[in-house]
Amino acid sequence: MWEYSDKVREHFFNPRNSGPLEDANGIGDVGSIQCGDALRLMLKVNPETEVIEDARFQTFGCGSAIASSSALTEIIKGMTLDEALKVSNQDIADYLDGLPPEKMHCSVMGREALQAAVANYRGEEWHDDHEEGTLVCKCFAIDAVMIEDVVKANNLNTVEEVTFYTKAGGGCAACHEGIEEILARVKAERAGPGEVSPPLVQIEPATKSAIPAAAPAAAPAARPRLTSVQRIKVVEEVLESLRPMLQRDKGDVELVEVQGKHIYVNLKGACSGCMMEAATLGGIQQKIAEALGEPVLVLPASYMALEA
Amino acid sequence: MEPIYLDNNATTRVDPATVEAMLPFFTEHFGNPSSIHAFGSQVGKAIKQARSQVQALLGAEHDSEIIFTSCGTESDSTAILSALKAQPERNTVITTAVEHPAILTLCDWLEKEGYIVHKLKVDKKGRLDMDEYKSLLNDRVAVVSVMWANNETGTLFPVEEMAELAAARGIMFHTDAVQAVGKIPMRLKDSKIDMLSLSGHKLHAPKGIGVLYLRRGCRFRPLLRGGHQERGRRAGTENAPAIVALGKAAELALAYMEHENTEVKRLRDKLEKGILARVSHAFATGDVSNRLPNTSNIAFEYVEGEAILLLLNKVGIACSSGSACTSGSLEPSHVMRAMGIPYTAAHGTIRFSLSRYTTEAEVDRVIEAVPPIIAQLRKLSPYWTEKGPLTNPEQAFAPAYA
Repeated sequence: MWEYSDKVREHFFNPRNSGPLEDANGIGDVGSIQCGDALRLMLKVNPETEVIEDARFQTFGCGSAIASSSALTEIIKGMTLDEALKVSNQDIADYLDGLPPEKMHCSVMGREALQAAVANYRGEEWHDDHEEGTLVCKCFAIDAVMIEDVVKANNLNTVEEVTFYTKAGGGCAACHEGIEEILARVKAERAGPGEVSPPLVQIEPATKSAIPAAAPAAAPAARPRLTSVQRIKVVEEVLESLRPMLQRDKGDVELVEVQGKHIYVNLKGACSGCMMEAATLGGIQQKIAEALGEPVLVLPASYMALEA
Repeated sequence: MEPIYLDNNATTRVDPATVEAMLPFFTEHFGNPSSIHAFGSQVGKAIKQARSQVQALLGAEHDSEIIFTSCGTESDSTAILSALKAQPERNTVITTAVEHPAILTLCDWLEKEGYIVHKLKVDKKGRLDMDEYKSLLNDRVAVVSVMWANNETGTLFPVEEMAELAAARGIMFHTDAVQAVGKIPMRLKDSKIDMLSLSGHKLHAPKGIGVLYLRRGCRFRPLLRGGHQERGRRAGTENAPAIVALGKAAELALAYMEHENTEVKRLRDKLEKGILARVSHAFATGDVSNRLPNTSNIAFEYVEGEAILLLLNKVGIACSSGSACTSGSLEPSHVMRAMGIPYTAAHGTIRFSLSRYTTEAEVDRVIEAVPPIIAQLRKLSPYWTEKGPLTNPEQAFAPAYA
């Protein structure tokens, strides 16, 4: 079955702060329809300081749901509401020394209960904005709804692109069939009757070579020729737009040099040496090629010396 | 404290006598039964004996109706794909909503490939509607595949009657009987069942061995093509040690058939009554008057199954759950959903499955261990108060669902 950390087991067998809290002034009731778990979080907030003086929970759920609830109450006790709202589901998972990918939604439920309880205290109505789907990629815990949304929003056509945007499929590759099914479904919806679906843009699979091949230009229409400075600006804008996504995964990218169609970048933080490095570069390359309207080759800066 | 194993529908312990029977086929009699020399021919004889032992357990007419495979799933896939391949003019499969994934996942894939699949619904007790079944039988149906006994609840389906109805319309009938073989008596020669799947490890044989029973005269197309093994119906060198073991296990299962349906059944009933007498807001699921003698599936309302399993495991008791969180997919048990069990109960279903090794003392220990565990978890549950469940629990606690 699941590989639970010792910390998860310990919090499940000896949950902290469980049971009703009589004088609670902020209550959040949330559930995950997918696995049927449900959680009530009760807060006692000091109205003067907005400090959470006590927190308790009641959970209908599995071992990790109970452990996540227990961890959440331990984390937020003593925090102000604003501090507590900064607690992410990853913080809850980290506190428990990690959760199995299939169980990350337990920590999400904890975070949502917290938001709901704070909203309740403040007299606001809390609306959940995230929908949970079937888990597709177990290596990176990416579900079908997330993949479908990203495919639609970015007009993705290949498994490699999905991997770049979401990481899904970048690990053991067992979910590629599932990702292809989502792509086929979205494509069918996209191309209404009589319409033609957009052409397939193929990036060379990351596994074949560490250096992505030059991406074809996405916009074939003639564009005014850009000066070197304009080109660099476009490249920088594209990189800027991609950085928040990389930073979310504790990585980053910086531009080092532009030599004709060769663009050299430095992958930093978690991105450097990541097993997905080639896929990341491939995705960056495609974005830049689309923005410039010409094929480019995005290479790690370390290749500069080799090619010079 | 000795651990207690009540998860025999998941897999079983190999009987020591069976292990003893199979061991020489790793070292001493390691030959390939296809070989002409003495090393091979001894193995060939042993396989022949195993085939007739399985034949006896199933009550089959001919030993050549027994095809050894690698597992129950292979037998299921072979049967259904064979029926479709052998009858290209027929494009429909009838099955049930509560089959094992070995059938359901295959059927989902067949649907994607353009075949038509009808999944028979079940009622609250997990029973089929025979009128619905009859109405679906027509000359486009290639095969009906219905499990003999349900793995989660133990509920028995009237497969012999259903096979008669199919045969009357010239339709092939397959049954996934991995839970039923060895637990209830069978006489396939007196039935109209064309194909049957069984799995060794469910009846105290090792993992990695299964059987497809194929009635003589039933049109067949192999799944694996290659050598002439199993008369060309399942190519691949025979797993001789496991086949010999399955033969021995079949012989033992036949010898213990009476015991299974008296003593094991008595212990199962004692366990179920004992728990239900001590725990409120709990009930047995499935068709309790018509089920396997070894299986009891109890729904504990307002608590979640995985949490129960973890606490049971802590006191050395092993069983399984239909809760969402114990299936790798996070999907709640499709069997419980098909029976329309409310999710506050479906998530707390625990399956106790006994075997001929289960003792009275073990059953007594489980009866003592379960009530405090349920009480402990209910204390944590938002659906529960000190006095019992909330009145109208599903209205009183109505979380915002993501």
